[in-house]
Amino acid sequence: MRYAMAIDTKKCVGCSDCVVACQTENNVPIGYCRDWIVEITDGTYPQLETEIRSERCNHCENSPCVRCCPTGASHYEAGGIVTVTHDECIGCGACITSCPYDARYSHPDGYVDKCTFCMHRVQKGQQPACVAVCPTKCMYFGDLDDPNSEVSQIMKKRKHKTLIPEAGTKPHVYYLI
Amino acid sequence: MSKTRRDFIKISSLSAAGIVVGGKYLHSAIPGFSNNQLKDIGTLDLKRTSTYCEVCFWKCAGWVHKNEDGSIKKIVGNDDDTNCNGRFCPRGTGGVGMYYDEDRLKNPLKRVVDADGKQTYKEVSWDEAFDFIAEKMQQVKKEHGAECTALFTHGSGGKYFGDLLKAFGSTNIAAPSYAQCRGPREVAFLATFGEGLNSPEPTDIRDTRCLVLIGSHLGENMHNGQVQEMSDAIDKGASIITVDPRFSTVAGKSKFWLPIKPATDIALLLTWTREIINNDWYDKKYIEQYAYGFEELKAYVQPFTPEWAYGITTIKPDQIRETAREMANAAPSVIIHPGRHVTWYGDDTQRLRAVAILNALLGSWGRRGGFYVPEKMSIPNYPHPEFPKPTRNWRDAMGGKYKLADLALASGVCDATIPSINIDCNIKAWIVNGTNLIMTLPDQRKTIEAMNNLELLVVVDTMPMEITGYADIVLPECTYLERYDSLRVVQGRVPNMALRVPAAEPKYNSKPAYWMAKELSKKLGLEEYFAWNSIEEMLDWQLKKVDSSLEEMKRIGVKNLPREYDDIYFKDGEDIEFFTNTGKIELYSTALEEEGFDPMPRYTPHMEPPPGYYHLNYGRAPMHTFSRTANNPNLTDLMDENKVWVNPKVAKEWDLTNGQEVYLENQDGVISDFTIKVRVTERIRFDSVYMVHGFGHANKKLSRAHGKGASDSQLITRVLTDPVMGGTGMRGNFVTFRFEKESEEEL
Repeated sequence: MRYAMAIDTKKCVGCSDCVVACQTENNVPIGYCRDWIVEITDGTYPQLETEIRSERCNHCENSPCVRCCPTGASHYEAGGIVTVTHDECIGCGACITSCPYDARYSHPDGYVDKCTFCMHRVQKGQQPACVAVCPTKCMYFGDLDDPNSEVSQIMKKRKHKTLIPEAGTKPHVYYLI
Repeated sequence: MSKTRRDFIKISSLSAAGIVVGGKYLHSAIPGFSNNQLKDIGTLDLKRTSTYCEVCFWKCAGWVHKNEDGSIKKIVGNDDDTNCNGRFCPRGTGGVGMYYDEDRLKNPLKRVVDADGKQTYKEVSWDEAFDFIAEKMQQVKKEHGAECTALFTHGSGGKYFGDLLKAFGSTNIAAPSYAQCRGPREVAFLATFGEGLNSPEPTDIRDTRCLVLIGSHLGENMHNGQVQEMSDAIDKGASIITVDPRFSTVAGKSKFWLPIKPATDIALLLTWTREIINNDWYDKKYIEQYAYGFEELKAYVQPFTPEWAYGITTIKPDQIRETAREMANAAPSVIIHPGRHVTWYGDDTQRLRAVAILNALLGSWGRRGGFYVPEKMSIPNYPHPEFPKPTRNWRDAMGGKYKLADLALASGVCDATIPSINIDCNIKAWIVNGTNLIMTLPDQRKTIEAMNNLELLVVVDTMPMEITGYADIVLPECTYLERYDSLRVVQGRVPNMALRVPAAEPKYNSKPAYWMAKELSKKLGLEEYFAWNSIEEMLDWQLKKVDSSLEEMKRIGVKNLPREYDDIYFKDGEDIEFFTNTGKIELYSTALEEEGFDPMPRYTPHMEPPPGYYHLNYGRAPMHTFSRTANNPNLTDLMDENKVWVNPKVAKEWDLTNGQEVYLENQDGVISDFTIKVRVTERIRFDSVYMVHGFGHANKKLSRAHGKGASDSQLITRVLTDPVMGGTGMRGNFVTFRFEKESEEEL
């Protein structure tokens, strides 16, 4: 079992629905977020290109945040999902500093919080909230070990990349380009 | 200095009503997410109630999910709803913020003069508010006639206030969504195909092979079903052609982006028309069978060569030819999208006529991947006596103009409120429900002048929008999450309906519009028009007429029915009568000709910005609906201010840097109330600036929105009126940058 997400930059319009859906699903306090939108424009008018993508924790296979956590609060769950046990987190922030993707934030209640791939939904066979809500259907979630999963299928068909591959983190969030 | 009768009042008495601190929504005790602690904070086990969204006009149907304690947690789409297919847009998802917004209107308010002669608002009971309104309305009726009352509305509550006004004896019921938005396209398509487009537009985007967007920034305007279908079309390999002076989001997804010079679209459209005709790329069989005026059109467009258009639009001739061929290759599965907000330069009906003609030539009307034939349910109204027939209405104030307008013009009603010698029906009382006219109508000065001439202004809203500050009576409406409403019945591929039930009790002392209208009807002696005892009874009565029931609809939320009448597309060679004078698709419009307008669209050059000024282009952001969401806590969290987009060349000339705060001043010397941050970006043409509409709120009671960004509405003082139907063209304004502003005292 290897959970992964593929996000189609050719379809994403950057509407931020994934952000607000995550907030209401996971009680993320207003002013904080577990996912966010990045827009990059290249070129000079009128020769332009834009890439828009929804970013979040990459649930890396080689996670600096898990490695540096002094209490073991940051850990891998089944399927490679990287999570934080809030009760075990002392809020030291080492993981926040170590993450090359800036995917973690300090929750006002004193622990570090981040994307969980909506484990509570996945457990029930549902899609993560961001995937389920996306009006452009630009996100695919599933098991990379299952060749028939939607995410495996789309990765076979499309060119893709990961973010900051040089960090050697082996992300499980892929961007279709 | 003498004050006007209608001084703007910041709704200051509201603070007395108390503020709910925190609230369940901000509850942050999230359980840890390790496996042994994983608790369901989520979905299926929650109690859910049906609704349809009121954050925009798309009205997607969904489910409101509640926590164990009954507090509203989240809203998700209803899988059976054809408007959203189970997926809400960010505004719908963030609709919870409308309910939890602590700045909401809380009690009925009445304008009073305090001991120091200062105008202020006093909290009053609902009964006192209704008594005051009824007395004033009767007074207007006695002195001027019932026709001198008007309703401005945007949203579901309008149905009930509309019925009240009709029962009272007035048909002055206007929505800014017509003359300030989609009106020209309705008239243009009516003139061409004998049918308007209505909402949601019957664009068959999911099956199209080529989608042409002219100034329409789908994806930034989050018309949910269309955005979803555009995404499906991208998956299926459809090509997109975007015509926009700005590199919009969808331009970034397009095969062709034509960075057109603003205000020259008609030249491009006429040239495309010529290319398609002269290359024999039009649908000959379709045109021969269905169209009227082809030969006239062919002769008319001959001068409009790509080289001619190049000089006007700055689009290279080969690009024009190539895109025309792209459309023709996809025909009839091609959509020259009519857009939605189309009141730009005052010749908008004619521009949309050119769009309609192009669709007709390519045979896309009534074809798969073009425009489908929509169907809509018909649900009987609860029985009531016939409405009286007024002898006058706002049209009498228009001097015989705009006869082709098929709906009331909000701007027309506003104009009819400003006294002048020619006006037969001078409007004296307004009810304004769910529309912030200060930001919705162009030329704020005129709106304020009109309001100063009113004898009664009632504002019904959920939020202390700017318009509330001018009211005699403010009525706090509860949000869509706290009320029943009329059934949502919209056109679509299949007939459908959706139910809204309250997910929670109304907060504060707010009430639903249907309740207000019914109570007011009692005070006005019109209760026979609202004969139902409860809205549940009325809805159940209606639903039983269509073989459903309130009980069933509460369970399923949305009901889709099989099509009853035509096929969704025209059958090959089918005999079709169009609702035009000739019974044909009119390439040459006899209706426009009868009224003395050009029967075929004409390109007219528009004003260009003076040196140092730039076209003021405005648009939408996907996470906001006009100005109404600007204070929503969830949505301001996604975007809390607008920025002015400036090309790097312009930035260099003015020495502007990213994030720098500037004022904008328009051609009439109007300076924005607030500063706006500069966004230096290649994505905008050098002769234009761009900003998202709906920001720069002046009312301090909108604690999150006040002073955030600048208001484009304030800078739109030159209105280019469409002579055909009275639409208010708003793209003829130019702005320049100012770095400081003299304070009011110094002026």
